[in-house]
Amino acid sequence: MNEQAAVFNRTTVGFWVYLMTDCVLFASLFATFAVLRTATASGPSGHEIFELPLALTETIILLTSSYSCGFVLVGMKRGNIKQMMTGFIATFLLGIAFLSIELSEFTKLIHEGHGPQQSAFLTSFFTLVGTHGAHITVGLIWLLVMVTVLMKRGLTDKLRRQITLFGLFWHFLDLVWIFIFTVVYLIGATL
Amino acid sequence: MTIARYTIGFVLSLLLTIVAYYYVVARGDNPLLLIVLAMLAIVQMIVQLVFFLHLGEETGPRYKLLSFGFMLIVLGIVVIGSIWIMVNLNQNMMHMSPSEKTNYMTTQNDQAF
Repeated sequence: MNEQAAVFNRTTVGFWVYLMTDCVLFASLFATFAVLRTATASGPSGHEIFELPLALTETIILLTSSYSCGFVLVGMKRGNIKQMMTGFIATFLLGIAFLSIELSEFTKLIHEGHGPQQSAFLTSFFTLVGTHGAHITVGLIWLLVMVTVLMKRGLTDKLRRQITLFGLFWHFLDLVWIFIFTVVYLIGATL
Repeated sequence: MTIARYTIGFVLSLLLTIVAYYYVVARGDNPLLLIVLAMLAIVQMIVQLVFFLHLGEETGPRYKLLSFGFMLIVLGIVVIGSIWIMVNLNQNMMHMSPSEKTNYMTTQNDQAF
């Protein structure tokens, strides 16, 4: 293995370990949510405030952005800058769409008086979903930085490495969302 | 890493999501609901790990698989352990009906703020 490939391998493994610790962070938030799910303190419970069709739309949007991110990675492997740019733009727009739906849901809840301070259930809901949303926001900023570097300096080795890590990050967030969709929205809306 | 593999992962994930959604919409009161939804989510996790995150394609020492396994153990202890302990606590600490419990907790909540 040459030096470049060794560095590439090392950073990927290191970033993967970071993602695993992030999983543990989300696991503790999931556990909190599961425990406090019924602690509604006379406020609304899950099935009164969750809109399943909206949550399904968010899921499909994020899943599609995960796919378009794969488009970027495949384009990078072929050295096809045009395909990468198309993938980046699609991923960014879908990410923005996802965030807007999430924020409008949050705004609506807070506006109706169901903010995080109303009950332990809502606190755990806002913390879990909000932490995921914060990750998405950071991912979108990261994406913009990489697009700028790609346009200014072209596809350098360093940028290749970063795009690979970003791919892992983005797919990982999609995976976490699948569990939020299942545990918070689908199960929360029925129980 | 080809676009075909991503497409397979994408279509499978989409199918699993839609099946889970319509299962809840159509049969929300089913006693097997929790198990079915958990199974669907776990299958989708495996699909995405294989087709999107390329887990298990490592050559040489499998650090990614190893740290993933360790994470799963910690996750299991945290999530299952918390739910188990808290359900037990609720049963042991509060001999009240659900409405009494809600009343009690609301008063406690009002006193705290």
